Amino acid sequence: MTNLSGMLPEFGQLALIFALLVAAVQMVVPLVGVRRGQAWLMAYARPLASAQALFLIISLVILAYCFVVDDFSVAYVAKNSNTALPTAYKISAVWGAHEGSLLLWVTMLGCWGLAVAWFSQSLPLDMVARVLSIMGMVSVGFILFTLETSNPFDRNLPSMPQEGADLNPLLQDFGLIVHPPTLYMGYVGLSVVFAFALAALLGGRLDAAWARWSRPWTIAAWVFLTLGIALGSWWAYYELGWGGWWFWDPVENASLMPWLVATALLHSLAVTEKRGLFKSWTVLLAIFAFSLSLLGTFLVRSGVLTSVHAFASDPERGVFILALLGICVGGSLLLYAIKAPTVASVGRYEWVSRESFLLLNNLLLLVAAFAILLGTLYPLIIDFMGMGKLSVGAAWFNFMFVPISVLLALVIALGAMARWKADDLKRLGSETVAAMVAAVLLGLAVPLLADGTMNWQVLLGMGISFWLIGATLLDVWKKARGRLNRIPQLGMSYLGMVLAHIGVAITIIGVTMVSNYSIEVSARMAKGDTETLGDYRFEFVDAGHIEGPNFVSDAIRFRVYDGERQIALLQPEKRRYNASGSIMTEAAIDVSLLRDVYVSMGEPLADGAWGIRLQVKPFMRWVWLGAIFMSLGGLMAMLDKRYRQRKNAPNNAVQASTAQEVTA
Amino acid sequence: MNRAFLFIPLLGFIAMGILFWIGLGQEDKTSLPSPLIGKPFPTFILNTVESGESTNHLPQEPVLVNVWATWCPTCKAEHAFLNELAKEGVKIVGINYKDDDFKARQWLQAYGNPYLFNIADPDGKLGLELGVYGAPETFLVDSKGIIRAKHIGDLNAQVWARLQPQFEAMQ
Repeated sequence: MTNLSGMLPEFGQLALIFALLVAAVQMVVPLVGVRRGQAWLMAYARPLASAQALFLIISLVILAYCFVVDDFSVAYVAKNSNTALPTAYKISAVWGAHEGSLLLWVTMLGCWGLAVAWFSQSLPLDMVARVLSIMGMVSVGFILFTLETSNPFDRNLPSMPQEGADLNPLLQDFGLIVHPPTLYMGYVGLSVVFAFALAALLGGRLDAAWARWSRPWTIAAWVFLTLGIALGSWWAYYELGWGGWWFWDPVENASLMPWLVATALLHSLAVTEKRGLFKSWTVLLAIFAFSLSLLGTFLVRSGVLTSVHAFASDPERGVFILALLGICVGGSLLLYAIKAPTVASVGRYEWVSRESFLLLNNLLLLVAAFAILLGTLYPLIIDFMGMGKLSVGAAWFNFMFVPISVLLALVIALGAMARWKADDLKRLGSETVAAMVAAVLLGLAVPLLADGTMNWQVLLGMGISFWLIGATLLDVWKKARGRLNRIPQLGMSYLGMVLAHIGVAITIIGVTMVSNYSIEVSARMAKGDTETLGDYRFEFVDAGHIEGPNFVSDAIRFRVYDGERQIALLQPEKRRYNASGSIMTEAAIDVSLLRDVYVSMGEPLADGAWGIRLQVKPFMRWVWLGAIFMSLGGLMAMLDKRYRQRKNAPNNAVQASTAQEVTA
Repeated sequence: MNRAFLFIPLLGFIAMGILFWIGLGQEDKTSLPSPLIGKPFPTFILNTVESGESTNHLPQEPVLVNVWATWCPTCKAEHAFLNELAKEGVKIVGINYKDDDFKARQWLQAYGNPYLFNIADPDGKLGLELGVYGAPETFLVDSKGIIRAKHIGDLNAQVWARLQPQFEAMQ
């Protein structure tokens, strides 16, 4: 182990230490420059952010390389990989457990800093210096945490294992290659918004320009969060093997809470930019959004709460993250309390106006986030009262979350079409009357057509979705003044919003249908047996063994018929992973836009028979399709040309022209 | 607007921080006195998860009765310890609380089955009679079917160190 390549893990650690040092300088020097008004010191912010990102990327690449070449002298590699593991999973194993995923987290933080350094040409230098300095502070905290308590480069020397313990089989899957990085991009992206908010507080310039700078970054982080959450749900659906797609698990809640607050922030920023209102509120939301993503990190990694995908917990880590959380969140809230403006903003607005609707939307989103926070922390509160550790079931979350979502969906369309300052309920009513009638009629029709009985949940869920789609499209039609070719001229920002709002409706349709009309049967089946479920007939054709690269599995082949026509050949598996001995259910799913057919294997029974679960889940895809619409909408809004305007752009709310008014 | 209001978020956060601090430090959980202690285990006629056959009594020997569910992450954390106890020869009967047999069987197959058998309590009726707050909970029941102790929350080495003498005295 004297040659250089044998020392690679040490170089990885060294790069991480360099990143820490650079981040420390990045934290101090630009801020000193701002203090003294010396531009040359402020100008260090950009190159330092780039250098920090570079060192972090080097460190991450080296860790990935250790996985690829099976360097089991590195303890983290030995614990989470195996020579038989396919290479793609070796790379995704980098973020398969605590240490590596933390390194990924800080690397992404570095990359967001890099992005700010590159795309901030139009920003005043003191703003850039403050923003990057604050991001440097966050970096210092988390790199220190990585090095101090969770070093992924720790060695198993001198006696290194010959073989690794393998990656948790649950994580050996495409979904897990893409889900964590996407989600982390979202979490960490909120740090940029957070840094902008604190920088504006420090500089005392909470103005329309600040809101305009923050908006594209908020949307970017929000898009990643949206996709990350949807990917996680999709992964759980096909990988956990029984067809659930949302569990209200603490880790899922930890991702949903920042998403809700970031959604509120997006809308509040719109008001701050256009009308110069809600400034203190917007700053508070920016602080909350990032705090909640830090809180998620704390909950998952400290072992305070037990969860299905909790990382190995360690009290020392818990104390460290709690301290980080305390400094970061406590510090920023203190700064907020001292510096936030208390003077009422200048603009006035009536009870019925876009401002009011957006405020209502904000409150509903925040109440939803708070309800989830309460449910997630409930076990801790109970524990605090000396009553032991418990988990709150899904029923509680559904009870809280569903009514709020219904109200929210009602407000979305109104907020999007109402005028700034003052509007008239009569006008809104008369313009949306068609959407209302259609929503009620279609809402009534769906449950009656589906199974002939009235189902209030379906009526409500479908009704609000149709209302949202109808009212949104009516608004587009009106703004385009009845001409299709005028629609593209309405602006990317407005059209992105339309797409995202329709995405919300699509998700609600999916959730409503799949929750109310899923059917399933558990049956004992042997070769030659058939079973009918709904319109479908399942035939057990054959059972056999499959040898995978690092597992063996029992598999069954099913033919699925719709009437006499065969529509799918499904092959669920029951895998046993060699290295860990753990057993995984691989469900087989036939996917279509209107329904999923889901077959999973239970336990083996006597005489070659198996316990089989068959499910038909209508509109399952729509749940995630809606998220894709939302993300695309966000992407479109981000590409709006006004975010690419240079320094001479009008940066005052008062100057916002009426043409732009459409594009909030 | 009064600046004092702006301190509210900070105060809320500090309260939460204190809660976390205590959550981190607190390792052993105390057993709650239950009005059921000293009373006979409630009567029931329910099916077992494993075979689906009806059952109406516990074994006539000291057992742990563990209330669990697949929707309960804490139960998963607890499961490895139950497996260890079963290996040491401790008899455990499971109550699969407000759950689905299919998921329960998948769970037992994937994580091991430390239970003599599992009583399926899909509607939570037995749980109600036992005064279950949530899952997991564990009862010590003696050979005559009398409840001797109750523990709320996950069973782990520390908790067991406290319960074990009592359990062995019942043998």
